[in-house]
Amino acid sequence: MGSSTLLDKVWNAHVVRELEDGRSLIYIDRHLVHEVTSPQAFEGLRIAGRKVRRPDLTFATVDHNVPTSARHLPIADPLARQQVETLRDNAVRFGVPLFDFDSGRQGIVHVIGPELGLTLPGTTIVCGDSHTSTHGAFGALAFGIGTSEVEQVLATQCLALAKPRAMRVVFTGSLASGVTAKDVALAMMHRLGVSGGTGHALELAGPLIDSLSMEQRMTVCNMSIEAGARSSFVAPDQTTFAFLEGRAHAPKGADWTEAVARWGQLKSDAGATFDAEITIEVSALAPLVTWGTRPDMVEPVTGRVPDPKAAASEGDAKAMERALAYMGLTPGTALDTVPVDRVFIGSCTNARLEDLRAAARVAKGHRVSTRVRALVVPGSQQVKADAEREGLDRIFAEAGFEWREPGCSMCLGMNDDTLGEGERCASTSNRNFEGRQGRGGRTHLVSPSMAAAAAIEGRFTDVRQWEYR
Amino acid sequence: MARQPLRLHSGRVAPLRRNHVDTDQIIPKQFLKRIEKSGFGPFLFSDWKREPEFVLNQPKYQGASVLAAGVNFGCGSSREHAAWALQDAGFTVVIAPSFADIFRGNAIGNGMLPVALPDAAVEQIQSRAETTPGYCVEVDLERCEVRDSFGLKESFTIDAASRQRLLEGTDEIDLILKNERDIAAFEQRRVDLIA
Repeated sequence: MGSSTLLDKVWNAHVVRELEDGRSLIYIDRHLVHEVTSPQAFEGLRIAGRKVRRPDLTFATVDHNVPTSARHLPIADPLARQQVETLRDNAVRFGVPLFDFDSGRQGIVHVIGPELGLTLPGTTIVCGDSHTSTHGAFGALAFGIGTSEVEQVLATQCLALAKPRAMRVVFTGSLASGVTAKDVALAMMHRLGVSGGTGHALELAGPLIDSLSMEQRMTVCNMSIEAGARSSFVAPDQTTFAFLEGRAHAPKGADWTEAVARWGQLKSDAGATFDAEITIEVSALAPLVTWGTRPDMVEPVTGRVPDPKAAASEGDAKAMERALAYMGLTPGTALDTVPVDRVFIGSCTNARLEDLRAAARVAKGHRVSTRVRALVVPGSQQVKADAEREGLDRIFAEAGFEWREPGCSMCLGMNDDTLGEGERCASTSNRNFEGRQGRGGRTHLVSPSMAAAAAIEGRFTDVRQWEYR
Repeated sequence: MARQPLRLHSGRVAPLRRNHVDTDQIIPKQFLKRIEKSGFGPFLFSDWKREPEFVLNQPKYQGASVLAAGVNFGCGSSREHAAWALQDAGFTVVIAPSFADIFRGNAIGNGMLPVALPDAAVEQIQSRAETTPGYCVEVDLERCEVRDSFGLKESFTIDAASRQRLLEGTDEIDLILKNERDIAAFEQRRVDLIA
């Protein structure tokens, strides 16, 4: 009986050699590049007179700072325009394929990678973005890197790395109606905290994970970085293979058959041991809402804003007080009475077709509250086209949601989609840090259906009670 | 490009008594649109600097090169701009009970030293920085020790590879490219899996 974890298997298959300093030289199969974290890396290559070693394994798109409206016009923000133009120049100069506005394939890196079949089981995938953990849903070792590492991968297609420890997170039970993968991710945050996964690669497993779609698995893997885990995995299975078959960059014909046979081996052996293991039971889970300025500051929508007096330590109490002051919340307030001003449905966490369907199902036949401005930003041009084919855009428009062009948008507010000082937002994104969506903006992380329901009610509401029309 | 080796650093300490300082605070997103590596220093903690009492607004911490912060420093976004901003603002060492993985790697890659010390030692350093004008620590990477003039002598652990990279200032790309033959052989061997 073998004793290897899934991490061991993918790691070992990519060791070019062991280095004298104790690290391993790891080969990178896919490098995703975007406009914000790459310009300095390409500049470094230019100064050193280096090339991109494997432009055929490098894929670029524009997502972080692009506008989500008026795409036919030049980008109005001169700095954003310069960054996008710089990526276009670098793509031409270094021979890197770029999925630009006119490609029909532009979108958030972590949405288009899987969509194009670039994300494959057992591969190593990096990107200068911490949410690269998303791709682990396919059984890839995928993690975010800094710009110096982007340059290293461009130049050498390798990284010198210390192997992470392996933690298995087993999810048991099944989800109640109205409770989603986003709530599972937030429940994991609640359990692990924002640093419980540091130094680890998480293997997400158990009957619940087996039952999730690929899009749902991506949502959970996406947020592992919020628990400190740079990467997280799900062992590939029939759900994975069914999602990938026929995708543009997925293997075809005999190669596909061979690949599926190989991918079927990518799971932890029965005798594998983990450095840490936890179990999370989800059957009693309610839809969750974050109340603070860290993703682990989260409670059920049926709950109340917690009291710093009940904190475990003085340090925790101070952090809670500061978070509540920033969020403009009083301890004891019922979360389903908290009013919202803005709603954002989008981001690499929740901007895929299933997410938009879930939100549209809630929105159908209702009207966005007069106090709320609500944005829906599809994750990619493909998601947008698919959603429009199903008529989701019309459902959203009739309900009073704005239907936008794809990009990261209000998840981090690098473009014009930002919160104003003191504005409160129900957001399907991944970070509720101070100022994340705009200076002084107040972010509450929720699922797409909870966000849609909040838009209509003008406050948080338990979507399990929703009146679907 | 090879870096200046970092063996011993002495400097004034600024105490940042916050846990889980995320990179969105270190360098807010509105400053990520530059295409250079330099010039991020003025935007370090830009939103927090709007609070007059914020530690880095206090004259007594001007010129500090050692930041003493709370647990999980540098969590969140992978933006290396956080390391560039700290360095551009004059910081060479960050002392904290723990660091987020991506920030830690970014710091080391830029020749900055993240020193993980026990909570009590960090608290002591923060307190002394608050009460002693001009309080400095000496961070010795060769002996893996932090010292001060009060007799503090706290050892820290750092993985051998990071220590070596900082001590020697080696360029990571040069180091990787020493293995060019192995990389090429790997590409030949694994061609079916890569493409």
